[in-house]
Amino acid sequence: MRFSRTSKALGMVAIAALALTGCGASGSATGSGSTGGDTSKVILADGSEPQRPLMPADTNEVGGGKVIDMIFAGLVSYDPSGKPVNELAESIEGKDGQHFTIKVKKDQKFTNGEAITAKSFVDSWNFGAAAKNAQLSGGFFESIKGYDEASAEGSTVETMSGLKVVDDQTFTVELKQPESDWPLRLGYTAFVPVPSGALKDPKGFGEKPVGNGPYKLADGGWQHNVQIQLVPNPDYSGPRKAKNAGVTFKIYQNDDSAYQDLMSNNLDILQTIPTSALKNFKSDLGDRTINKPYAGNQTIAIPEYLPEWSGEAGKLRRQAISMAINREEITKVIFNGARQPAKDFTAPVLDGYSDSIAGAENLTFNADKAKEAWAKADAIQKWDANKTFTIAYNADKGGHKAWVEAVVNQLKNTLGIKVEGKPYATFKEARNDATAKTLTGSIRAGWQADYPSLYNFLGPIYKTGAGSNDASYANPTFDKAISDGLNAASVSDGNKAMNKAQEILLTDLPAIPLWYQVAQGGWSDKVTNVDYGWDGVPLYYNVTGK
Amino acid sequence: MSTYILKRFLQLIPVFLGATLLVYFLVFSLPGDPIVALFGDKPVNEAVAAKLRMQYHLDQPFWMQYLLYLKSIFTFDLGQDFSGRPIAAVLGEVFPVTARLAIMALIFEAFFGIVFGLIAGLRKGKLFDATVLVASLVVIGIPIFVLGFLLQFTIGVQLGWAKPTVSSAATIPDLILPAIVLGLGSFAYVLRLTRTSVIENMNADYVRTATAKGLSRFQVVRVHILRNSLIPVITFLGADLGALMGGAIVTEGIFNVPGVGNRLYRAVLSGEGPTVVSIVTVLVLIYCLSNLLVDLLYGWLDPRIRYDS
Repeated sequence: MRFSRTSKALGMVAIAALALTGCGASGSATGSGSTGGDTSKVILADGSEPQRPLMPADTNEVGGGKVIDMIFAGLVSYDPSGKPVNELAESIEGKDGQHFTIKVKKDQKFTNGEAITAKSFVDSWNFGAAAKNAQLSGGFFESIKGYDEASAEGSTVETMSGLKVVDDQTFTVELKQPESDWPLRLGYTAFVPVPSGALKDPKGFGEKPVGNGPYKLADGGWQHNVQIQLVPNPDYSGPRKAKNAGVTFKIYQNDDSAYQDLMSNNLDILQTIPTSALKNFKSDLGDRTINKPYAGNQTIAIPEYLPEWSGEAGKLRRQAISMAINREEITKVIFNGARQPAKDFTAPVLDGYSDSIAGAENLTFNADKAKEAWAKADAIQKWDANKTFTIAYNADKGGHKAWVEAVVNQLKNTLGIKVEGKPYATFKEARNDATAKTLTGSIRAGWQADYPSLYNFLGPIYKTGAGSNDASYANPTFDKAISDGLNAASVSDGNKAMNKAQEILLTDLPAIPLWYQVAQGGWSDKVTNVDYGWDGVPLYYNVTGK
Repeated sequence: MSTYILKRFLQLIPVFLGATLLVYFLVFSLPGDPIVALFGDKPVNEAVAAKLRMQYHLDQPFWMQYLLYLKSIFTFDLGQDFSGRPIAAVLGEVFPVTARLAIMALIFEAFFGIVFGLIAGLRKGKLFDATVLVASLVVIGIPIFVLGFLLQFTIGVQLGWAKPTVSSAATIPDLILPAIVLGLGSFAYVLRLTRTSVIENMNADYVRTATAKGLSRFQVVRVHILRNSLIPVITFLGADLGALMGGAIVTEGIFNVPGVGNRLYRAVLSGEGPTVVSIVTVLVLIYCLSNLLVDLLYGWLDPRIRYDS
């Protein structure tokens, strides 16, 4: 780097000054942990202002989610590879995939001293599901028996019949139907317990949440729009023990200014390198960067309620579109390797992922076959040459414009049809048309996993009538294949069945998978031991000073 | 004088009502359902959505929403934003920061603009004048976000003289660089305005008379040239305070200043009507008040102007 000399010189002056005044760094705890590093460092990381009060079941976006995840502990947490590890659970047992007995570890406490018992969980989950509490993530409890009654509009039912407290440490869960991957979901933040005070005054609690996780909110730690300060929770004994003296999330309005801060060592970890810096961040930061795939993907959903995209002709056209997109080229040229070409509908970090499912060839660029499929579709139902195929995207964040335009050009060149990008000014406008089923063309759709499971990428998006089914895809054979997967005796059998279901998707292509997300982040030269989890979020608890 | 001020204050009432109505209508007409957006990519839980719509009066027709908002203003409870916090508290957090930034920018542009403009005007056609004219033209020509990023990168990242973004407290030293960026454009205008005005007044009869009376050069410049030249400059500065506060969005974005612009931008994106209207209304009031202040200053600068009738 060009300016390293100045900074080094300044650093020396600083060291000299410290030595002269006799106040060296207090934390000479270097090498105390097995991984080494200074555990007395407070880590400065980038964050965004939470949209809602910090109530676990009411938080569904990254800004608040990141904080909730650190100040709360659930039954299980995910290790860096996405494998669930018991956190508060002593055991989670269930043989038929529908009835579970959950034992909670003894002597666990919230940071206010309140004991965590089986009742804490049951009360928290009931609270999250009940319609009267209007919690945004209430839908996560939908598999539990009694959810429908509690969550119906205007319902006064406050408990789900599927949850029963057996004793202080034990409770049982009955699901509506067998779902073999249900225990996998328990690491999601909506499933954590909250203290009883939270249920009485959720709003007040959301301002000053009291949790049980590896960290707790510092006194007055949430300075709105400015920063959120977390300090280690000394009573936490789970697998995510803090190896630093705290994490402060500085709230940024845009990633560009965060990147400037990172380069001048005013920020320790930047979760996502901004698009503007993708070309040069490796030369700016040297080896202080990471490039790691995580459980997220990008697709283009094509609604089947549009006449020209329905039936056999629609299917052939979607295959043509898919084969006309050169994913390799776009990931290289537009993203500089920050994405990986998709080979299926899920993500490579997941247990059970396969890059060679039958039909995956439909996701490979092949101009001739694309033209052929398009011609076949034309033979069934002629494509109106004046018609424009649109790809809608939200222009307010995410930097989608560049790749949408690249896809537009590839489709134009290969298929010789009119194609256009259709920007929506804001995300909410785009979502509005998608949920109201009033799209006039395709729309970009991204999925970030809530919990590490293949099902999470398939069921909620492509099942008939599913909530996020933007494409209005309805195929009973696929639905059957998915429920076979959920009914499977073991996780690995379930994964096999899920990939069988994907074979159907790869032919029907209700959405066209484009690429997998790759986390690209960087850190300052003051910290070390930085790694990212399966969900593309840094494992903040592991980071130490140098 | 006092009746004049009273009149001006009474004029604020229709301005206030008009501004709130207009802004509320604009936010109301923004496409997209803010509650649906809260769910992100996730399926919308209709029961939860209905409950939230009711909580924020989003299930009501426009007039009802507006009247409810007006009611909330007169009961000194501006309602809540989507994170459940009182909007009044939000205003209390963001306005001091932006006010600090805007006033620093105003002081910067007024002081340097007037001083440089005066010197340039007095030395019309000399080297200093020419340099300043070209430099100000460049500043006016370059968009503020280019200047912002440029200064952030050179002064903040490369030279390390200032932090590239402001610290959590947004203290005065933190805000120096952002204030300079924010004030640069207006600085160039103030400079040119002062210069032109000074040149005009130098040829005025009363200046010649004052010089002929034997007044010192300093006194001529201070009392006769500068004071008369300041009237258009003060008009500009008064209007600029409002513009600086409302227009700080770009600068606040670059330097990550937790102020009005940042919160307003977020509120517009998420469709939080009451938050947007409350912020804009305060901005409108500041604009009106600073204009009133300017009108009163005229009387002090030029005794011929009176507000008696």
